[in-house]
Amino acid sequence: MSISIQTADFDLAAELAALRKSSAQTGALVSFVGLVRDFSSDEKIEGIYLEHYPGMCEKALQKIIGEAQQRWHLLDVRIIHRIGQLLPNDQIVLVATASTHRADAFAACEFIIDYLKTAAPFWKREQTAHGTKWLDTKDTDIQRMRRWHNGETV
Amino acid sequence: MNITLLYFGRPREMLATSGETVEVPDNIGTLADLLAWLRTRGSNWAQELADSRVRCAVNQELSGLSARLNTGDEVAIFSPISGG
Repeated sequence: MSISIQTADFDLAAELAALRKSSAQTGALVSFVGLVRDFSSDEKIEGIYLEHYPGMCEKALQKIIGEAQQRWHLLDVRIIHRIGQLLPNDQIVLVATASTHRADAFAACEFIIDYLKTAAPFWKREQTAHGTKWLDTKDTDIQRMRRWHNGETV
Repeated sequence: MNITLLYFGRPREMLATSGETVEVPDNIGTLADLLAWLRTRGSNWAQELADSRVRCAVNQELSGLSARLNTGDEVAIFSPISGG
């Protein structure tokens, strides 16, 4: 299980190759890569700036991985989240899961990214031709996270 | 009571501060009290730290406004989380 918060870009193929080699029992690798879109509420995005809460962020991500491990059989997990200045089409986040079978790898990967969006302390500021704006948590992201709790409040 | 304050996201930018250590009055017992006290610093603080605008963490755990504070706590005040 490994977590990196970094300004540098990442190489998906290299990350998956490392995850593949981490256990000979691995039968399935699933990865999610989040990218910077060039639009948001009908405005053209010139770039985004991302900041995080050092310390709490790593703890929150560990906790999310721990919860995924309780629900599914996971052999390995890799999370990379970038911070700083990013441009449209840049990679923001990688969540990759390794398991013996695909069902657990798929479910855990989706759970981790859904949870990360609402529970890990990162903040995004969008830059458009009209200035900058700090984004709110999206309602759709909150709804996606709640699905995992069968309506329990979190 | 001694509290370490950290600011992230919109309040960090709008209040031009990323952190400070404050000695808060004895009548401050909860996060809600702390925010109300900080809002007396001026109109910019009153606007940026409105209860509806900010989220908080106490000692690196997301916390509601009724959370009790103790001396030495690390309190982070930030705009809604928006990573990924």
